[in-house]
Amino acid sequence: MKGTLSSVVIKQEWDIVGARQAGRQVSQDLGFGSVDQARIATAISELARNIYLYTEEGEITFEQVRDIPKVGLKIIAQDQGPGIKDLSAVMKDGYSTSGGLGAGLPGVKRLMDHFDLESDENGTKVTAIKWAR
Amino acid sequence: MNVKEVVLENSDQLIDRWVSQLDNDSLQDYTSTISGDMVEQMNKEFAEVVMQSLKEENNQLEVLDQFAEKVVNLGWPFGYIAEGLQAFRTESTKFVLDQLDTDSKEEFVEVMESVNNWIDPLKIRLMNQYSTNWNNILSMQKLALEELSAPLIPVMDEITVMPLVGTIDTDRAKLIMENLLNGVVKNRTDVVLIDITGVPVVDTMVAHHIIQAAEAVRLLGATCILVGIRPEIAQTIVNLGIDLSQFPTKSSLKKGFETALQMTEQQIVSKDSRSEDIEEILDSVGKE
Repeated sequence: MKGTLSSVVIKQEWDIVGARQAGRQVSQDLGFGSVDQARIATAISELARNIYLYTEEGEITFEQVRDIPKVGLKIIAQDQGPGIKDLSAVMKDGYSTSGGLGAGLPGVKRLMDHFDLESDENGTKVTAIKWAR
Repeated sequence: MNVKEVVLENSDQLIDRWVSQLDNDSLQDYTSTISGDMVEQMNKEFAEVVMQSLKEENNQLEVLDQFAEKVVNLGWPFGYIAEGLQAFRTESTKFVLDQLDTDSKEEFVEVMESVNNWIDPLKIRLMNQYSTNWNNILSMQKLALEELSAPLIPVMDEITVMPLVGTIDTDRAKLIMENLLNGVVKNRTDVVLIDITGVPVVDTMVAHHIIQAAEAVRLLGATCILVGIRPEIAQTIVNLGIDLSQFPTKSSLKKGFETALQMTEQQIVSKDSRSEDIEEILDSVGKE
């Protein structure tokens, strides 16, 4: 069973805050604990910031996923940006093209339970799931 | 034939028709959450403003500005003004044409034109005023936020606290760095406590800015202590794999302050020695 809960368009830096707040609300509604809420909010922050930094515009969608007997939150971050050239490099800690810490995507992978990254010259799609305990 | 005269002579009738048109209109969507009396009063005022602007052209601007400001202050959407004027345009064109009772194409175009000449400047004026008002509110709030954004508080000789509250974006991060470094030099600080109790999310960007700030403070010869790390923030920092081992971190401002006192070889001594006596007595009671 699936259902889209909400989605946020990322264009400006302040949209990151909007996405985070929407994600926090959704994760609260799904019954995540405060630590998991912080993890989810941080993951959203990273994904939204990537969209803001590297592309013109993108979208973050929240979906409810159900895998009996668990309930989870699926975060989809999608953009039509230039894509990621070296997929294995971005998953390494410390790799950054913008002078950052380079912990964003590998960090999101560690924060969430499931992580999937697809990218080509037409855009990038990151899917991440966190299961509620 | 003068549209202005026809409209002014029959203004009451026209306003009635306009208001009834508004009631049936999609404008209802905007005003559905506002009480009926309020809407009625506002519609009346709107109609008066439009009529007055037609009557006396030299006075119109101020009335319009005041009205636009009122709409903004009440938090009503711009659609109310836009659709209201649109309805006014339609109604007055229809009304004047009815009065003239003519089928001539030229006259129809003429009436359309004079109504447009009347309504369009109004619309532009109201639109500009509306957006200017919003921009003013926005920049005022931005300014107010900036004032709150990175305060530096010297609490003792050599010890300064910077409490951070709210989201840290790129602009704020810059401001934090500037205030921090200027403050360290100005107050001759040895230890700066950066308190992130009020920061909702610490992601890699926020962490990066804090690390840079701490490194810059170190270059000035002072030490930075990061305090107010909540348990869930500690977990996310570990998950993200961020290395904050370059400078000391503490869970609370109190603990950080104690460390800062030790580092600067200072001590807070209570003037009232009785409390110590009581503690001693309690201790001795506990021993027995």
